[in-house]
Amino acid sequence: MAESEELKSLLMKVKEESEKLAENSTFRKVSRFCPPRKSHHDWIGPPDKYSNLRPIHFYIPENESPLEQKLRELRQETQDWNQQFWADQNLAFQKEKEEFVRSRLEAKGLDLRAASGQKATLNAEEMADFYKEFLSKNFQKHVHYNRDWYKRNFAITFFMGKVALERIWNKLRPKQKKTSS
Amino acid sequence: MAASPHTLSSRLLTGWGGACIWYLEGRAMRESPRRFLHLLRNVNQQWVTFQHINFLRRMYVTQLNRSLKQQIKPKPEPAESPFLAKTSLDEAKAEICEMRPLVPSSLSLSRKPSEKALIELEPTSVTEGSIALGKETKEEKQWKEMKLRADDLPGILARLSKIKLTALVVSTTSAGFALAPAPFDWSCFLLTFVGTGLASCAANSINQFFEVPFDSNMNRTKNRPLVRGQISPLLAVSFATCCAVPGVALLTWGVNPLTGALGLFNIFLYTCCYTPLKRVSIANTWVGAVVGAIPVMGWTAATGSLDAGACLLGGILYSWQFPHFNALSWGLREDYSRGGYCMMSVTHPALCRRVALRHCLALLAMCAAAPALDVTTWTFPVIALPINLYISYLGFRFYRDADRKSSRKLFFCSLWHLPLLLLLMLTCKRRAGEEGAGAQQS
Repeated sequence: MAESEELKSLLMKVKEESEKLAENSTFRKVSRFCPPRKSHHDWIGPPDKYSNLRPIHFYIPENESPLEQKLRELRQETQDWNQQFWADQNLAFQKEKEEFVRSRLEAKGLDLRAASGQKATLNAEEMADFYKEFLSKNFQKHVHYNRDWYKRNFAITFFMGKVALERIWNKLRPKQKKTSS
Repeated sequence: MAASPHTLSSRLLTGWGGACIWYLEGRAMRESPRRFLHLLRNVNQQWVTFQHINFLRRMYVTQLNRSLKQQIKPKPEPAESPFLAKTSLDEAKAEICEMRPLVPSSLSLSRKPSEKALIELEPTSVTEGSIALGKETKEEKQWKEMKLRADDLPGILARLSKIKLTALVVSTTSAGFALAPAPFDWSCFLLTFVGTGLASCAANSINQFFEVPFDSNMNRTKNRPLVRGQISPLLAVSFATCCAVPGVALLTWGVNPLTGALGLFNIFLYTCCYTPLKRVSIANTWVGAVVGAIPVMGWTAATGSLDAGACLLGGILYSWQFPHFNALSWGLREDYSRGGYCMMSVTHPALCRRVALRHCLALLAMCAAAPALDVTTWTFPVIALPINLYISYLGFRFYRDADRKSSRKLFFCSLWHLPLLLLLMLTCKRRAGEEGAGAQQS
């Protein structure tokens, strides 16, 4: 009986993995991770393959106040927004870098793969032109991103402070009720 | 009947496993005294680095913890950027994970005296091993609970406040204090030391608070506490405030208002000017150099004023920042470009190298000016000439060659150049009561 249970769970895992692979085409995939039931904290995962940001699985307490909910939603939304931006950015960088390398190698008349079979690369000095061009091309994008990021970061921290104060106040209040009655 | 080949193979495995462990332990035991002697011999020839001490700690831990798991634990994260990692690497690692459950179970089996227990436990360990691949995927294992533990906190706060950089800032401040032409007052020195340290911790924490997504994307900074979620942003800001307020207060009321003002100004300059400016303009490097020069507040702490000598020391600290930072940034061009940082090494590479060389030569000139301003005796520029010439030479090589090798050499040279220069300045300090020119000394 135990073996059939194990087989079932294994089959479920295989199904999940195959679904994950299907979803892999979009870089906004949500991890299938589920934290253990008895945990009352958020969980943070490994860096995302595309954005290098670590996703957070937010814990929803039973007696979540409106303020806490607002904070959680803000954090989730910021996380998704960040994920989208950096995944786009990194993929664009990778793509443009490969195009640049290919075009330069063709201009030099070299093959994309050297005689040894390894991928031919340009040295750092040749790549410097690409880095400069990429940076200047994305400058405005970064200016807007920075402004939004700073606003969101401050907002999240401000709300975290409010939530912390609210929790402290709630802890003190029942004691006050007890002493007054 | 089916049980017997299993028991034979398990016994063989335990035998092999046991022999393996014994061999590894013996090797660790034999090697460590040799390495320790080697370290002792070298301690006179070179500075004992942090890595050496870390290495000794690791050897001690592996000896203490005699399980095989400790010794063959694979690296948790790949070194290259994640979006370039190949899938074959993951498959290989999955195989290693599959292999591992078998060996520790055989370890536990080898410790059981009775054979009956061996037979009973053996089938479960085999099934465990085969399902190990299906259970908990590697990715799931890397999820961590965001729960702050009290014993982790000191380490986390040390990394948040960039403790090594803070130590460097505090030592340059102390050098400034010692160099100042005033009698050495221990209480004032300690107040300056603590105040500057706290101010630096605060500034570094706020810097990390602002830069979380950018730090995640750069190899150099991706293991910082806020990036890894070891601490919440609220706690980081609270910590920064708890350092800044007492730090500046200590400097203002414990030392003098000028030093307090410089401390506060430096925190503001670093967090509100340098950090945002890094993403907008290359002017950030010059602002950052001013931030590095403000530890001249050690001098002002002792004397209470910004005189010529203080300005000279500030100038030396300011000029040093350029070869140091420009050489470092040369190797990080890809990360800066991808992350959107405006650095000279990316946008104006020729300027980057020119500025580095220019400031190496400026260091030479300023060291020569030190005796003229009564900071040091005339022996100082003479003794400092070799190291100043060396760093200028490396600056010139960097300017001419413009490659990774020359930039690394210049960077590593700058790391020992400044402490040594300050030490030489201290040894050649013009004592109170001495006359000006060396010619007057008989």
